[in-house]
Amino acid sequence: MSERLHIDRQHGQQLFRDMLRIRRFEAKCAELYQAQKIRGFLHLYDGEEAVAVGVMQALEAHDAVVATYRDHGHAIARGLAMGSLMAEMYGKVEGCSRGRGGSMHFFDRARRFYGGNAIVGGGLPLSIGIALADKELRPGAVTACFFGEGAAGEGEFHESMNLAELWELPVIFVCENNLYAMGMPLELAEAETDIFRKAQAYRMPSEKVDGMNPVAVEAASLRAVERARSGKGPSFLECRTYRFRAHSMFDAQLYRTKEEIALWKERDPVPRMQAWLEENHMLSAEELKRIEDQVDVEIDAAVAFAEAGQWEKVEDLERFVLMDEVPE
Amino acid sequence: MNSPVAKPVRMSYREACRQAIRDALTNDPRTFLMGEDVGLYGGCYAVTKGLLDEFGPSRIRDTPLAESAFVGAGIGAAVAGMRPIVEIMTCNFSLLALDQILNNATSIAHMSGGQFAVPLVIRMATGAGRQLAAQHSHSLEGWYAHIPGLKVLAPGTVEDARHMLGSALADPNPVLIFEHIVLYNAEDELDPAVASVDIGSAKIRRPGRDVSVLTYGNSLPKALAAAETLAKEGIEAEVVDLRVLRPLDNATIFESVTRTRRCIIVDEGWKSGSISAEIAARLSEDLFFELDGPIRRICSREVPIPYSRHMEEAALPQTSAIIETARILVGSR
Ligand SMILES: Cc1ncc(C[n+]2csc(CCOP(=O)(O)OP(=O)(O)O)c2C)c(N)n1
Ligand SMILES: [Mg+2]
Repeated sequence: MSERLHIDRQHGQQLFRDMLRIRRFEAKCAELYQAQKIRGFLHLYDGEEAVAVGVMQALEAHDAVVATYRDHGHAIARGLAMGSLMAEMYGKVEGCSRGRGGSMHFFDRARRFYGGNAIVGGGLPLSIGIALADKELRPGAVTACFFGEGAAGEGEFHESMNLAELWELPVIFVCENNLYAMGMPLELAEAETDIFRKAQAYRMPSEKVDGMNPVAVEAASLRAVERARSGKGPSFLECRTYRFRAHSMFDAQLYRTKEEIALWKERDPVPRMQAWLEENHMLSAEELKRIEDQVDVEIDAAVAFAEAGQWEKVEDLERFVLMDEVPE
Repeated sequence: MNSPVAKPVRMSYREACRQAIRDALTNDPRTFLMGEDVGLYGGCYAVTKGLLDEFGPSRIRDTPLAESAFVGAGIGAAVAGMRPIVEIMTCNFSLLALDQILNNATSIAHMSGGQFAVPLVIRMATGAGRQLAAQHSHSLEGWYAHIPGLKVLAPGTVEDARHMLGSALADPNPVLIFEHIVLYNAEDELDPAVASVDIGSAKIRRPGRDVSVLTYGNSLPKALAAAETLAKEGIEAEVVDLRVLRPLDNATIFESVTRTRRCIIVDEGWKSGSISAEIAARLSEDLFFELDGPIRRICSREVPIPYSRHMEEAALPQTSAIIETARILVGSR
């Protein structure tokens, strides 16, 4: 793991624990998908955990998050209750979006989590507006906007890059470059495959980050957040990462080789973080066991919560199409 | 609010739009206006002229040519606590922001289970009649009226232009206001006693017993002119200004048509799949047995609006067509 940030025992374990929570939560999701408890699209974050976990270390409660349809990791790392996420995927009214959003559309007002957005690039303009409002209403607050490298092909990406820098907005753009947009390999989609260079064209500070290393992501995020908080404007992080599973639950994965997947698995952030902590005597066998047990208990409780949840009344179908008031 | 004046004030629709924006910015520090050329240029239809000097560049915010991003930014700002007004030069260009309007503005409240509202107003110019040809002349308000979660307003009078914006900003939902390009120069007396208008209802602009003419926007003055002519022939047309295309005010529409038993809908949108089609369908579903004759529709011809004057006129609903249609419909009584 990177040495650019001093990581103590407690913090190192926290990074590991959060990545493990996401990893095991999603393993459970996949299982529940097979059991048809969870339906619809289910995009797993397996392999990319270091990005969300690293970025969230740099955020505070008054900051905002805009995520994509691959939003389980962001939501968990941001502190949304696992039970409310699982209930959402079950379609239950106790879900974080009352069962109306499902896996792709987690929302949480209390944590300023402005949704998983399932339109590629659709969240970037939103982050511009949130940051614009925060400049007026919550000085010092920062918006972290996540998107895949596929978004860089969209006009909304470029429009938003320009506005963010032009108006010096407190946004950190986090590009999760996992090298594929569904089955489209980066090098077949982009003339410039270093996505961070596109941000440079908008005069935005940007860097390429090892997205398989939570410490590196955290260090880069702290720099970006510090810049945004102090009114100097946006930054761009291109986090190089990899998803280990299919795009959604199943695809034939004809677009990549088993060898390539195996190569990236050697850099799997979860076992690597564990090994690094152990080598540096920051994680004892008992501590590891305790963390694993806690995570398993949390996941079991989330499943039980979802199972016990209720279905929203059908009479409420049209509720919230038009709002009666703006929630405070 | 400006200090109330006793006497009626004469003003143009354009000036009324400007006053409405001025009021909104004065009354609420959370409100700002953004869009292309709203500041230095003064607005592509000169609506916002002078406002930059009055309110400064952070409240009259010029944006680059990026409809998707600045409409999306308006949505984000609204969700995060502001009360923005976004101006899109014409509704033709709003198509570049359609993703943001449909997938974000109208989805977030419902999709989040009611955790977030989007109190955003988007103003845009609409309509034909100034020989601007196909890419600047379309009427897309009926299209937008298809979308749940939106309110769609079409001010057809100076009074509505003056007051609808305030009501729209007070609404917790995304509201689109379609300002007709031909109406910007229209003038009228404003009743100073009126301080607001309700954006939930249609309005009878001229009462009549023989036929209901349902319309909005720049077809409203045409319908009123037709009613004048018809009155001389003994036909009393009732002109109903729809004003709100979503949600449609069924009550006012149904009440009028139940009384007159005849109905003509005048709509500058194309006929197929239009707001006039929607109204006709509702009338035939709910009022079938009250009608003395077929529902008639006068809409734009189904062509991209052409440039040349006579062709443009031929493409649009005209007063003469309203008169002829009413004569035939009422003559068959
Ligand atoms: C505007 C738009 N076009 C197409 C899609 C269909 N789609 C969903 S995910 C996806 C790939 C996106 O790839 P990327 O942005 O790299 O994110 P990743 O899935 O790799 O995390 C596509 C094409 C969509 N959701 N939105
Ligand atoms: Mg990708």
